[in-house]
Amino acid sequence: MATETEQAVEKGAEAAGGPGMPQLDFSTFDNQIFWLLVTLILLYFVLARVALPRIAAILSERQGTITNDLTAAEDLKAKAAEAEEAYNKALADARAEAQKIVAQAKDEIKAELDEEVAKADAEIAEQVAESEKKIAEIRESAMESAKEVAKDTAKELVAAMGAEADGRTVTAAVNQRLKG
Amino acid sequence: MATEAQGGDEGGLAFHPMDQFIVTPLFGDGEVGTFTITNVTLWMAIALLAIIALLVLGTSKRETVPGRVQSIAELAYGFVHKMVEDVAGKDGVKYFPYIMTLFMFIVFANFLGLIPTAFTVTSHIAVTGVLALLVFLTVTVLGFVKNGAKFLGLFWVSSAPVALRPVLAIIEIISYFVRPVSHSVRLMGNMMAGHAVMKVFAGFSQVAVIAPVSILAVTAMYGLEVLVAFIQAYVFTILTCVYLKDALHPSH
Repeated sequence: MATETEQAVEKGAEAAGGPGMPQLDFSTFDNQIFWLLVTLILLYFVLARVALPRIAAILSERQGTITNDLTAAEDLKAKAAEAEEAYNKALADARAEAQKIVAQAKDEIKAELDEEVAKADAEIAEQVAESEKKIAEIRESAMESAKEVAKDTAKELVAAMGAEADGRTVTAAVNQRLKG
Repeated sequence: MATEAQGGDEGGLAFHPMDQFIVTPLFGDGEVGTFTITNVTLWMAIALLAIIALLVLGTSKRETVPGRVQSIAELAYGFVHKMVEDVAGKDGVKYFPYIMTLFMFIVFANFLGLIPTAFTVTSHIAVTGVLALLVFLTVTVLGFVKNGAKFLGLFWVSSAPVALRPVLAIIEIISYFVRPVSHSVRLMGNMMAGHAVMKVFAGFSQVAVIAPVSILAVTAMYGLEVLVAFIQAYVFTILTCVYLKDALHPSH
């Protein structure tokens, strides 16, 4: 310790006889404090006026950019979802439309078919009626012919038996028999 | 001491670990007056210019995607800003430029002091003392301006038993007034001790036999000092934030 002090004293003509530690050389305090205050004041103004507002602006701008980008991304996502929904809706609509068209076509065809069937049925019924009428006519005429033949036959039979046949009585008898 | 004597025998082994802290005029050999341009002036100016280069020139392009220098500037800004916000609270952010000034000055002075042959301004009690006193005065005045007499509640521990409170008040007051001392001596002592130890190790390298060991030791010390340079700046700044919080919210 003694040596150190000696050294400092030895060396310390310029340290103004400091007691070993230049830190405790009070003759340089005013100088250091003066320059420190100058530096701090300059530094404070540079930082407070220029550097810090600028960095704050840069940071907030970046934050803004990021937020904007995120919002834009969100928007695009929403748009994509919307587009998908619209596409799905269009698809569903088209499907419904197609089904409607199919049903309509089916109905039309069925109606047409029904009509045709009804027409054909009517035609058939008409033909059947006509045929029946014809058959009835034929049957009528056949009956008439049979009556005539029966009368004639009966007259001839009566004549052959040798009796004078009254035409009117024979006819009535035949008629009665045919009815019975 | 013994080594020194022995060294003397071997031919001029001399230790001057404290010479690096001597304040000398840059021009001429005159007395150091108040306005003399000294090595203190030089290294403070270099620190100032370096900070301007980083925080002003480095951000002049205002890039949204930052380059290297701008990234470091933003990192420093974010680091201190977050510290102030976390420790001192939202209303402490108003004093952020002041704290940023302190932090940048100390961290740059510490790191520049690590350049060989540089002068470390933060190893002087005159410098750290003024820094600490500025914080102490600012915080005390701020405490009274913001809270009035309620600021004295800082010394009245209302959570302690009534009988103990006067005793605690005395302890609190003493610890409050010791703050600037510990605040400044911590920084100055750390910087001075590290640099002096490095000088001592470097002095040993004058002896050829132990030179490799001493160079290794200097290297290791240097690494440690790089850490200390940042940690001490951080500690000084975070304590400033803590004191600021006490001034803004004096209740315990």
